[in-house]
Amino acid sequence: MKLLKCPVNGERPLSEFVFGGEVREMPDPNTCSDQEWAAYVHYRNGAPGMKKEWWYHGPSGTWFIAERDTMLDEVARTYLYGQEEKQ
Amino acid sequence: MPLRLLKYALSREHPAPRFFRACEKPKDSYDVVIIGGGGHGLAAAYYLAKDHGITNVAVLERGYIGGGNTGRNTTIVRSNYLTPEGVNFYNASVKLFEDLSQDLNLNLFYSTRGHFTLAHTESAMRTMRWRAEVNKHVGVESYVVGPDEISKACPQLDISCSGQAPILGALYHAPGSVARHDAVAWGYARGADQRGVEIYQNTEVTGIDVQGGKVRGVHTSRGYIATNKVLSAVAGFTPRVCKMVDVQTPIVIQPLQACVSEPMKPWLDTILVSGSLHVYVSQSSRGELVMGSSLDPYEVHSTRSSLDFVEGLTSHILDMFPFLSNVKIVRQWAGMADITPDFAPIMGKTPVDGFYLDAGWGTWGFKATPISGKSMAETIAKDKAPELIHSFRLSRFEEYELTGEKGAASVGH
Repeated sequence: MKLLKCPVNGERPLSEFVFGGEVREMPDPNTCSDQEWAAYVHYRNGAPGMKKEWWYHGPSGTWFIAERDTMLDEVARTYLYGQEEKQ
Repeated sequence: MPLRLLKYALSREHPAPRFFRACEKPKDSYDVVIIGGGGHGLAAAYYLAKDHGITNVAVLERGYIGGGNTGRNTTIVRSNYLTPEGVNFYNASVKLFEDLSQDLNLNLFYSTRGHFTLAHTESAMRTMRWRAEVNKHVGVESYVVGPDEISKACPQLDISCSGQAPILGALYHAPGSVARHDAVAWGYARGADQRGVEIYQNTEVTGIDVQGGKVRGVHTSRGYIATNKVLSAVAGFTPRVCKMVDVQTPIVIQPLQACVSEPMKPWLDTILVSGSLHVYVSQSSRGELVMGSSLDPYEVHSTRSSLDFVEGLTSHILDMFPFLSNVKIVRQWAGMADITPDFAPIMGKTPVDGFYLDAGWGTWGFKATPISGKSMAETIAKDKAPELIHSFRLSRFEEYELTGEKGAASVGH
């Protein structure tokens, strides 16, 4: 069984977690062009590499960030949003 | 018998036929370079040569032909999709498949079995009725059946699914078939080779040369090849190839796993799919049960299979067929599926002149092999995509004109 470290609850079975996709910055919908917005909505950085991703621990309702290598499926570290520096 | 067979095998009178020439070194330039020697790439090469007379073509394959998702799918061919565009497209593929053994002069073991998509809930029944009506409208033989008809076609199936998720009905799709997937790749490879196409295995594309928005050539592990037209037909490697030309796509890679049981006497005539139980199962001509499941739940660029998958899948198979509890799983594997947000493929031209994309095949690529090859060959030859694949163009995302196939393309919803 694979394990993932939730920053609040520690190591838990991967089946308790939901993948939330890569952390991406939303352009300002009031000022960006239609094309920029369409790119934000649809396009993804699909190439493999070390990525910052949203993950959700279901039983405790915790959203957090994992830095994961999508080629090797190895998690470097996990932390709550905005608490990267404390790690 | 074994001795006679051995003598035959070693006899010089009957040498094993080669399917295609072993080309040593690529030429300096080609009219078209196809990246990816799977079914799609080889089919495109075949139809480029056959339909359009373009034979100065190289197919570059990083591994061996048919070793990617062409050899990793569960070989189901069907056209009972949800949108008229999808149904028309996949129906054209089924039509090509029906004559493909003749066309390629190779027995593909194409076997029309009938295909049941089981519904365990009222909302699933609603989707089945919807698909049946769209299919009928386009002229494809699909209709909704009740539990009695399912039992008649497959008496071994526990209609109550161990009491967990009773089957209320199904979408029956008469043309649903299975075929030998590796033979499709090899047949297309031989047909393309006979017409002059060159196939290079163990040849990796490391970069694509783009100047002034136009393709000029490709860098490979066997040197530089000049060309003005490149087709990318690389399934799970699409994001990496698109990065070489700075083309943005919505594609995310998720593994899709499958497995086979030990061989048994034939007992399962039909193809059964259950969206609620996340399984599809058929019996191969060798007697193995070929079983697949839904996508792995997150992005990974790897073809490693997992125990979680086989445990989950087999527990659902046992809900349907409790008597299989003593049957062993003998092989399991994974492929890298290139998933799009609307569960429809991405085919045709791109913002880079001369760079053509045949991608986004996720979990629905094998059944489209002939028609995607034919459509991409036409797109490359005329530099214009045929009407049949207009709804699958890359620019549909920027135009907010998605082709929603999720209800019919996968079992993971």
